[in-house]
Amino acid sequence: MEISLTKQFNVEKIRKDFPILARTVNNKPLIYFDNSATTQKPKIVIETLNKFFETHNANIHRGIHKLAEESTLLYEEAHKKVSDFINAEFEEVIFTKNTTESLNLLAYSLFNNLKENDEIIVSQMEHHSNFVPWQQLAKSKNFKLNFVKIDKEGNLDLDHLKQLLNKKTKIVSLVHISNVLGTINPVKEIAKIVHENNSLLIVDAAQSVPHMKIDVKDLDVDFLAFSGHKIYGPTGIGVLYGKKHLLKNMAPFLYGGDMIREVTFEYTNFNQLPWKFEAGTPQIAEAVALGSAIDYLNEIGPERIEEYEKYLTNYLYKKLSEQKDVKIYGSKNRSSLISFNISDLHPHDVASILDSEGIAIRAGHMCAMPLVREVLKEPAVCRVSLSFYNTKEEIDKFILALDKVRRTFKK
Amino acid sequence: MTEIIDRNYAGEGIYRENIIDHYTHPRNFGKLEKFDVQHREFNPLCGDETTIEIKVENNIIKDIKFHGKGCAISMAAASMLLSELKGKPIENIKNISKEHVFDLLSISISPVRVKCALLCLETVRTAVKIYEGGIVEKVDKKVYM
Repeated sequence: MEISLTKQFNVEKIRKDFPILARTVNNKPLIYFDNSATTQKPKIVIETLNKFFETHNANIHRGIHKLAEESTLLYEEAHKKVSDFINAEFEEVIFTKNTTESLNLLAYSLFNNLKENDEIIVSQMEHHSNFVPWQQLAKSKNFKLNFVKIDKEGNLDLDHLKQLLNKKTKIVSLVHISNVLGTINPVKEIAKIVHENNSLLIVDAAQSVPHMKIDVKDLDVDFLAFSGHKIYGPTGIGVLYGKKHLLKNMAPFLYGGDMIREVTFEYTNFNQLPWKFEAGTPQIAEAVALGSAIDYLNEIGPERIEEYEKYLTNYLYKKLSEQKDVKIYGSKNRSSLISFNISDLHPHDVASILDSEGIAIRAGHMCAMPLVREVLKEPAVCRVSLSFYNTKEEIDKFILALDKVRRTFKK
Repeated sequence: MTEIIDRNYAGEGIYRENIIDHYTHPRNFGKLEKFDVQHREFNPLCGDETTIEIKVENNIIKDIKFHGKGCAISMAAASMLLSELKGKPIENIKNISKEHVFDLLSISISPVRVKCALLCLETVRTAVKIYEGGIVEKVDKKVYM
């Protein structure tokens, strides 16, 4: 099994597509295990950014010169690539800065449709980006914010979700894959439950789009948000998907250029979808480069990526669970990341010593303070998050490096 | 772009014998039965938190203790700094510089660990301000809410 998969998935060839993987850190080959924070960029993405600025750069949707025409074409082509990637319609995909901005857009636009005492549901495992906007709006507008509990295994308590849902519940906003626990939430099943209650379902897919095939029609979610830089594209470009009939009836989030059709001194007619939600000059080069990232992922195949990453994660899980002083958080139903602590050592110390071995991991609260502090009851955790360019050998080196951590602290 | 040189400033270099010693056997660690001022600081970046309690008599630090959770750098810094302060005028705290804390640790602190190293200094500084009535302690200590 292992051999056939390794043969089928030529990771050494793939690694050559990522220039940064050739560098050293502290005189050791870089082992990049912080992919949930951001992924490294393949050559094709870097080249697309360069090529855009060197040959096509102009503002879009205005100007009749050749460069403006080319950049508009490329920008809209990127929109099309992203729509196809998640099986959405062209009008249903809005470019933002990142997942956080996508979720803020929803929070600020949707609250126009809410009444005082309406209810919003999020879960205990949200990233701050799907928690703080709702918390602050709930406070200022007198909405009630409820939290779906998670069980000891780190799974969402769906019975609790059902209990929380009522006539006043207008919005349910949940993470697809927890960036701390790796839990994969059953979004399709959740969508059915939420829609039976006539509520809207928003999904924070920042951690799922990089690792699995996402089909918004099949999942039947109302809105879905993710970031370009976590799927091998540049920073500064994010995505918001929304069902067309919902987006049509929503107020714009930002006002300004490009989101208008006609402006007089008295009134403004807004532009059609998706441009109604893209005010001002967007991240044109970044969008085009995101398109290249998607081409690259499609070339490898999301299903193959998922299969290889599952194999790697299982190997990491097995190796880590063999370490007697390591505590792993979350269930076995997980995506390609593992959060852990080693004896009573502070994650910062663990991360510092691993860094001296060229190994980049994340240490802290992972932007999910309520979960880490109040549910896991830890000040911080260590997290290894994998990508398809990581290898079994890198995991072995990481496990060996844990011995150095122990030696330093005489554990 | 700034040319960044890959130098080995972090990593095992900072975990010297005395740092590990202060981390595993922190001095002045614990709680005071009676104190004149108490202050808690929280470093949201890494989840380090420290509470410092000071007993003052005739403007002299009669006793000082800290408790909380933190990484080796933040714990060692607190342990070293507090050992120095006992018996000194409380006024002295105002004049302690960041560099002094780095000197106490005598390791090169990388930019990402500066906050760890200085958590205790910030905590004692604020504690003195509270003691002197300069600022009123925030009621809501849950900074993350």
